Amino acid sequence: MNALMAIAGQEVRAGLRNRWVAATTLILAALALSLVLLGSAPTGTVGASPVAVVVVSLASLTIFLLPLLALLLSFDAIVGEAERGTLLLLLAYPVARWQVVLGKFLGHAAILGLATVVGYGAAGALLAFTGAADAEAWTAFAVLIGTSVLLGMAFVALGSLASIVVRERPTAAGLAVGLWLVFVLLYDAALLGLLVLDQGATVSGGVLDALLLLNPADVYRLINLTGDGAAALLAGMSAPGEAGAIPVAALYAALAAWIVLPLGAGVLVFNRRHP
Amino acid sequence: MTPSIVLDGVSRRYGGVTALESAKFQAEAGETVALVGHNGAGKTTLMKLVLGLIRPSDGTVRVLGEDPAGRHGARVRSRIGFLPESVAFHAAMTGTELLAFYARLKGAPRAANAELLQRVGLAGAAGRRVGTYSKGMRQRLALAQALIGEPGILLLDEPTSGLDPESRHQVYETIDALRSRGALILVSTHALAEIERQVDRVVMLHRGRVVADGDVPSLRRQVPMPLRVRLRVRHCTTQRVLDRIEGAEVLDRGEEHLLLAVMPERRADLIHAIDGLREVIEEVEIESPGLETLYRHLTRGDAA
Repeated sequence: MNALMAIAGQEVRAGLRNRWVAATTLILAALALSLVLLGSAPTGTVGASPVAVVVVSLASLTIFLLPLLALLLSFDAIVGEAERGTLLLLLAYPVARWQVVLGKFLGHAAILGLATVVGYGAAGALLAFTGAADAEAWTAFAVLIGTSVLLGMAFVALGSLASIVVRERPTAAGLAVGLWLVFVLLYDAALLGLLVLDQGATVSGGVLDALLLLNPADVYRLINLTGDGAAALLAGMSAPGEAGAIPVAALYAALAAWIVLPLGAGVLVFNRRHP
Repeated sequence: MTPSIVLDGVSRRYGGVTALESAKFQAEAGETVALVGHNGAGKTTLMKLVLGLIRPSDGTVRVLGEDPAGRHGARVRSRIGFLPESVAFHAAMTGTELLAFYARLKGAPRAANAELLQRVGLAGAAGRRVGTYSKGMRQRLALAQALIGEPGILLLDEPTSGLDPESRHQVYETIDALRSRGALILVSTHALAEIERQVDRVVMLHRGRVVADGDVPSLRRQVPMPLRVRLRVRHCTTQRVLDRIEGAEVLDRGEEHLLLAVMPERRADLIHAIDGLREVIEEVEIESPGLETLYRHLTRGDAA
């Protein structure tokens, strides 16, 4: 356990040292703050609370940005150590392979989680300062921050897996970009194409639900933009198909699975690796 | 007492390449053993097996009575200090930070780190980023991390490669100090001549096979290796000299110089003969064959 925390702590320290923490916090804070300052314009006379407006726009942008940051942070985790020549020494210490994978994951998740909470939290503080909102909107904002951290963790886990399965750093980088393209851009487009082609013949609401759960970005979108809050109303996104029927707990479970499964797979692959 | 490291009929193959072939090897606490061989002879593979980083394809490895690649591998590794061949560190960390990290991994008290840095001569650079260190300093930092927690077994993979003479000397001094503390030291090298005096035993590896294993004198006896005698003599006296030195094989001959090979058991006769030729011999150089020569002899005709 000590070794696990030592590795995680070392990652965080490295992140502070090479300005990763500062950079990601600044990016996320800048994004969130600009949405708070500029984004209240479209409210017009809709009467939605400014907090709900920010939740919707921030959630949409988070889906693009946060996975990218998470993958950039984590693709280097194992393959980078292997290439620098530090992995052999690390494994010669009394640490288990899973401790290496999990320790690095925890370190990266902490960096990204901290950046998310501080960055988005700053926006929340500004919102609270400029005008009050109802409790419901604040709940949505809290959910947004929490699920953003989880989304970041899922993509850190995916990046770690990419870092373990390949032998060279550039390959891992390419794989990370590929993962981002697939999950953030291509998956939804493909799903849409499928629905158009299918015309509702075979793809039922249940199948669509299942397909949406197969992408962590979509799970995140479902949690934040559908449901029955003011944010959902504003998002104009009624749940696709019968997706609204997916219980919230199942959505969270899916997100958790997107963290646990890539990590587990990574540990299995790493255990069989010969440094 | 059971030996600390036991390799019994161990083979290790990577695909079609055999890195180690039915290697039999033992080492006990308090021993200093040199692993000698060309690049790719199997030295690093042997160390990785001892560390449990790889599993043998055949045979068994036992370190402190346990299988290092098995369930208690971590316990075994906590007793081992390892200096890898090409060592690298996170460049943004300072020497102190890195040692603290490795001490935490090993569950060793961090209080001893300052003394370790002192011992390898890095006390002055402890607060600097490792990225600013020279190669010799990085190598010494690597040695310091291997010494964390007073390990009972030390694996040093080419500890002096790429170091200047001063740093090399420091490494050998450290090895000597550790020997006196009763640690088992396994040091791989191809600078055999340098390490000869520092070790109790030499294990020679060639293409994954153990070709020789024994202490230095017994290895010397194993193969009859002639002394090389280089003489500078007065003009046109070489024949006269050759008549007096018996049993010498002439390797090279000129008008004023001779290069002879003499079997070691004739050393006394040789010196006597040279003494009798004082007036014609201007310069004498007698070279005892080192283990380097033995290694070449053992692996000769198999170099391709």
